[in-house]
Amino acid sequence: MSRMMMGTSPHAEPFWKATEEKKLMLQYSPESERYYHYPREAVVISPKTGAVEWRESQGLGEVYAFSVMRKPGNPAMGARVPYVVAIVQLTEGVRMMTNVVNCPLEDVKVGMKVKVSWEELPKGRHFPVFEPA
Amino acid sequence: MAYDTRYLRGKAAIVGAADEVSPTGELHLTERELEVKVIHAALEDAGLKLSDVDGLFCTGMMMPSLELAEHLGIRPRYTDSTMTGGSSFEVHVEHAAAAIALGLCEVAVSVYAQTPRSKGGLTGGMAAMMNAFDRKNPPPFLEWEMPAGLMLPAGAYALAASRHQHLYGTTSEQLAQIAVSTRKWAQMNPRARYQEPMSIEDVLNSPLVCDPLHRYDCCLVTDGAGAVVITSAERARHLKKKPVYVLGAGTHHDHAMMISEMPELTVTPGAVSAPKAFNMAGVTPKDIDLVMTYDSFTITVLMSLEDMGFCPKGEGGRFVEDGKLGPGGALPTNTNGGGLSYTHPGMYGMFLLVEATKQLRGEGGPRQVPDAKLAVAHGVGGVLSACSTVVLGTEETL
Repeated sequence: MSRMMMGTSPHAEPFWKATEEKKLMLQYSPESERYYHYPREAVVISPKTGAVEWRESQGLGEVYAFSVMRKPGNPAMGARVPYVVAIVQLTEGVRMMTNVVNCPLEDVKVGMKVKVSWEELPKGRHFPVFEPA
Repeated sequence: MAYDTRYLRGKAAIVGAADEVSPTGELHLTERELEVKVIHAALEDAGLKLSDVDGLFCTGMMMPSLELAEHLGIRPRYTDSTMTGGSSFEVHVEHAAAAIALGLCEVAVSVYAQTPRSKGGLTGGMAAMMNAFDRKNPPPFLEWEMPAGLMLPAGAYALAASRHQHLYGTTSEQLAQIAVSTRKWAQMNPRARYQEPMSIEDVLNSPLVCDPLHRYDCCLVTDGAGAVVITSAERARHLKKKPVYVLGAGTHHDHAMMISEMPELTVTPGAVSAPKAFNMAGVTPKDIDLVMTYDSFTITVLMSLEDMGFCPKGEGGRFVEDGKLGPGGALPTNTNGGGLSYTHPGMYGMFLLVEATKQLRGEGGPRQVPDAKLAVAHGVGGVLSACSTVVLGTEETL
């Protein structure tokens, strides 16, 4: 199934490149000693030094909030309706907007433990979704 | 620098208000024509002329207050194109009161018109985002949320509703009661889009859009326009209508179009904006006679009531379930019929101000809240992103 991707930003290239190997990378600022997601420009997360680290996430977390889309949020999602959109809180502390898959709709709950799973994108890249852990 | 948080209290007043809507939801004029029409209607309401206007406030894509002034042929000495989505017009009142208090202008007009029902398609910030972006450096929403298929704006509010239900046991019936209470007000408003009776069952039987929100948990999409005129308290006393004083105002935002960036989905920026506005006004929620609060979705109302302090966090469902928001209830709320049943052209905050003004003047007709002296207009823009609260009062509340 396809995904609607409207381009990716240069400062997030390490994130998207790592998806070729199904690795979930998070941006880390040694200056403020915290993770960032979504990725920002270096000057945003480390204004003094410009230092950016990329650290691999464990890919584990829990559902922070979710909703079942009864209509597609964009044209590429038409065939998937109904599907679950969720904000997942990773163990590293950051949140990401994603889908919960491989789980009956009625079993998805706030607080349920999930782990990353990968869906193919063009050019060998992948899109991170989550499934019950 | 120390400053007096109550300095602005009562320095300015809304002296003119007008809106343009239709029960069909369609207005057969362009957005520019509607803006000009409601500006003149609001000025007529105030007993002022276009040549009196020296402060102009509106929203839009590119230099909107400049474009509008050029069309009108006026050269205001104060200009403000602040765009915080649906709460923009509460922010305009706050900014206008400050500008007037400092002598930067004397007669300010804030105006809004949008015709999404006639035009179809995306409106407001969404349209701007989708139409003008760089695929090599897209705005964050398009890179990090849209690919997951989040429907905006309903999906974002549904995420908040799911979490509120999980943390506090809020039920879909309680959310539906908000739509039902609001509909009862709309039944007294011949200009409302929806005037037929509606029950909790009707809401729960309407199709799910994004769980747990049903179709009738969601606002309308209509054409609509409105304008308010704000001037100094001194000048207000010599105009046509009873002044509606700006007693307090506060604004706060904690994210933009990315709902996943919101610090806690069940606590809106209204938890900051409303206490600021109430503190400036020197009143508390229990003093308020009329609540005009943004109702893009039923969950928006529920969380806003909590965040403004009408009930504790998490108690919103139990607070609204006795129908107290409706006619004859203890807390008259959204007496025009709201975005849920009256009109919602995309950025609804203007209509909160217009209805509050009419009610505080005693011009509410069959839906008049008896003896209404204090009202709050609470706008929520973006995806629970930017809240702006304005406390309004009659002469005797000064």
